[in-house]
Amino acid sequence: MSQITLNVNGASHAIDVPSDMPLLWALRDKLNLVGTKYSCGIGVCGACTVLIDGRPEHSCMTTAMSEQGAEITTIEGLDPDGKHPTQVAWDEVDVSQCGYCQGGQLLTAVSLLEGNPDPSDADIDMAMSGVLCRCGTYQRIRKAIKLAAKYGQEGVVS
Amino acid sequence: MTVEASLNSVLPRRSFLKTTLLASGAFLVGVAYRRELWAGGSADEADWSPNLYLRIDPDNTVFILSKNPECGQGVKTALPMIVAECLEVDWEQVRVDQAGLDDRLGRQAAAGSGSTPDAWNDLRVAGTGARVMLVAAAAEKWSVAPSECVAREGRVLCEAKGLSARYGDLLKLAAKQAAPNLEALSLVSKPKDFKLLGRRIAGVDNAKIHTGKALFGCDTRLEGMLYAVYVKCPSFGGRVNKANVEQVLEMPGVTHAFVVEGGADPTGLAPGVAIVAETWWEANAARRYLRVDWETAQSDSSYDYERQADALRKEAGETLREDGQVEEAFGMAERIVEGSYYYPFVSHAPMEPQNCTALYHDSGRIELWAPTQLPGSARDAVSRTLGLKNESIQIHMTRMGGGFGRRLVNEFAAEVAWIAREVRRPVQLQWTREDDMSHDFYRPAGWHDFKAGLDEGGRMVAWDHHFVTFGNEGRSVSGAGISRSHYPAGLVENFRLRQSMIPCHVPTGPWRSPGHSAFCWAFQSFFDDVCDASGRDPLEFRMELLSRSFGEPPLDLARTRATLKLAAEKAGWGRELGEKRGMGLAFHFDHGGFATHIAEVSVGSGGRYKVDRVVSAIDVGPVLNRSGAENQVEGCVVDALSTCSQLEIEFIAGTAKQSNFRDYPLLRIDQTPTIECHFIESDNPPSGLGEPPFAPVAPAIANALFAATGRRVREMPFVRAGFSI
Repeated sequence: MSQITLNVNGASHAIDVPSDMPLLWALRDKLNLVGTKYSCGIGVCGACTVLIDGRPEHSCMTTAMSEQGAEITTIEGLDPDGKHPTQVAWDEVDVSQCGYCQGGQLLTAVSLLEGNPDPSDADIDMAMSGVLCRCGTYQRIRKAIKLAAKYGQEGVVS
Repeated sequence: MTVEASLNSVLPRRSFLKTTLLASGAFLVGVAYRRELWAGGSADEADWSPNLYLRIDPDNTVFILSKNPECGQGVKTALPMIVAECLEVDWEQVRVDQAGLDDRLGRQAAAGSGSTPDAWNDLRVAGTGARVMLVAAAAEKWSVAPSECVAREGRVLCEAKGLSARYGDLLKLAAKQAAPNLEALSLVSKPKDFKLLGRRIAGVDNAKIHTGKALFGCDTRLEGMLYAVYVKCPSFGGRVNKANVEQVLEMPGVTHAFVVEGGADPTGLAPGVAIVAETWWEANAARRYLRVDWETAQSDSSYDYERQADALRKEAGETLREDGQVEEAFGMAERIVEGSYYYPFVSHAPMEPQNCTALYHDSGRIELWAPTQLPGSARDAVSRTLGLKNESIQIHMTRMGGGFGRRLVNEFAAEVAWIAREVRRPVQLQWTREDDMSHDFYRPAGWHDFKAGLDEGGRMVAWDHHFVTFGNEGRSVSGAGISRSHYPAGLVENFRLRQSMIPCHVPTGPWRSPGHSAFCWAFQSFFDDVCDASGRDPLEFRMELLSRSFGEPPLDLARTRATLKLAAEKAGWGRELGEKRGMGLAFHFDHGGFATHIAEVSVGSGGRYKVDRVVSAIDVGPVLNRSGAENQVEGCVVDALSTCSQLEIEFIAGTAKQSNFRDYPLLRIDQTPTIECHFIESDNPPSGLGEPPFAPVAPAIANALFAATGRRVREMPFVRAGFSI
């Protein structure tokens, strides 16, 4: 057990973790940030995606210990009021079915839009292909990302 | 910390026991109901709850109870819309509360696309009856006749006198009104009369989903909660001879490790080893040090299944149905066409692996937070496992990260209940993905051999179908049976259905649109075999097939034809698409819904293909929530394409070979076609939409691949046949 400090959603947290505990489980079981989901545990499905220094990463594939000093953003930290353009677009398009993967989808989309404010379908497909949705909301994800891009460009945050 | 579970908060705060209108059994207009309880809350109460589904607060907030489990099918939004429509309130006034398991509510299930048809009458009565009482209250207040008043957007208006009152200001008077005659209520039923229904309403849990608030089973957090894994024999049905639990107990964070004897029923508590720790990671990490000597119970393998199928396919099998003179008709046929199809076992693989949380109280009562499609069955599983009466088991229903039929079986509830009683602390059982994929109740594989006899006009006059499926002691295993009235029974004059069964010792079960999701591909692919042999157009052939019946038709012919016609119009059926491109179609009917899909594909070198577009024409009666309805259609298309193109489960020595998304690759966004959805909105009662759009997707794609390449896909997943997406 090691004492570490994680910087999550702008706040600093001191926690005791086993040295090999993935960030995913530190978030869920130690910090009670359950918006980050477990699904495959092997870095294939993207449900556990968080932003680490702005980049989308599988939180099941990195240890909490190795992310000390990094800026970690989970879905809870995107905009707790749901007013981020991507969240607004996700609601307007009504993307979700079960919703389990959507935190990972949203954070991956946010990262895409930060690097590419006007993505094409092909750009979207490439950036988003690492996040699985068993319900099949992909068509709506494409649509919502385009809407979020529009809101982002217009500076619209409803 | 406590779970976010507003159990039954819709019920009036002080008259919980007084309201049982629409109690169990009262599910049709005119069916007996407890009339004396309809009026619900009394005049001295601030809020008013006229029935189980509804409570109105003085601030005009309307709380509507969602009684069914939500797994992404959208019932938590669409069904409360029915109440709101009939109550005449703005959707913005409405808050939806999730029910727990409550026997007064009758059917509580995410199964068989049944929630909508089940709820249609009840919810209209609940909303309409309350509205009638609010109008009566206003009429009394203003000393006018109820007929002079109308309800609109959460208010009662008397336009002649310029009077208006919010529902929230009429509650005390409404509670004093006599209950209306529920059998005589005028219930809105036609799409042309809808105000809210038929619109696009976003999911009621969206805000929580988009901000990562706790919603799902695995997000449940209780004070002092421990986390558990439960290790079962990799080979189904195996028992524990010996396990080194003492060593596991010494691992960091582990609080408990013990062998559970369990029983032989895979839907209940199976034998295994429980490891409980302060965090889930520690429980699962300790598993690496667990050594179990298993006593295996069976050694089924896919290889053996195939060998047995090959042998059975040469036999006659048992005749399940025979109409007309089949042999004579084949003797007289101008042409005989044959075709064979195979599909494998598949797993449900919902994104949220199975889990459940339990709190065993010292009084002998147990509470569970269960992501389940069938909470009654979860209670049964717990009752059988712990020997508790139903009254001692409380089931909170959480949102689920997908269901697809997996959560109709609730062995995870039995497992966590046992563990919770042992450890006497709140405990969350979380399966790994590998646990989930290797301990599923799989969609069974199947082999279909078809033979059709055609007359000189290419019309199908004889049909023989041999289905090789799985069964033990003369009964097909769960999810493996076929209906004797499955089309084209009743559509072909001389018809025979034969069946043979392979013994099966791996668990099987219902998988989204059970049976249909597999059969339809075989039937509708073979229809195109027939068209190819006789040079007929697949659309024209199907229209003719659906133009008459022999005896009771197996489906509504006119509604089915209408979906074919609409899809063909919207897709531009018959258009020239160019080289290596093709269009294919298929129809189906199941769970009360009618669906036709037309797929367009492009095929590149080496059998690599892309599905460019799927056009869907659907008839489920009125569309309740347009956004949710389209989402179900889009989801079915993606799910079906995912399954037919790449997914299979194989067994070796009684154990599932595939274990995670690496070897069970769900469809990705870059493999997803454009999906266009068109509804035929009839005045028929609405049916559910979680399943009907699924079945005809795979055959539409396979038929399009044939149109593009001349190569017929005869096995699933299509990658086995050399087509990779």
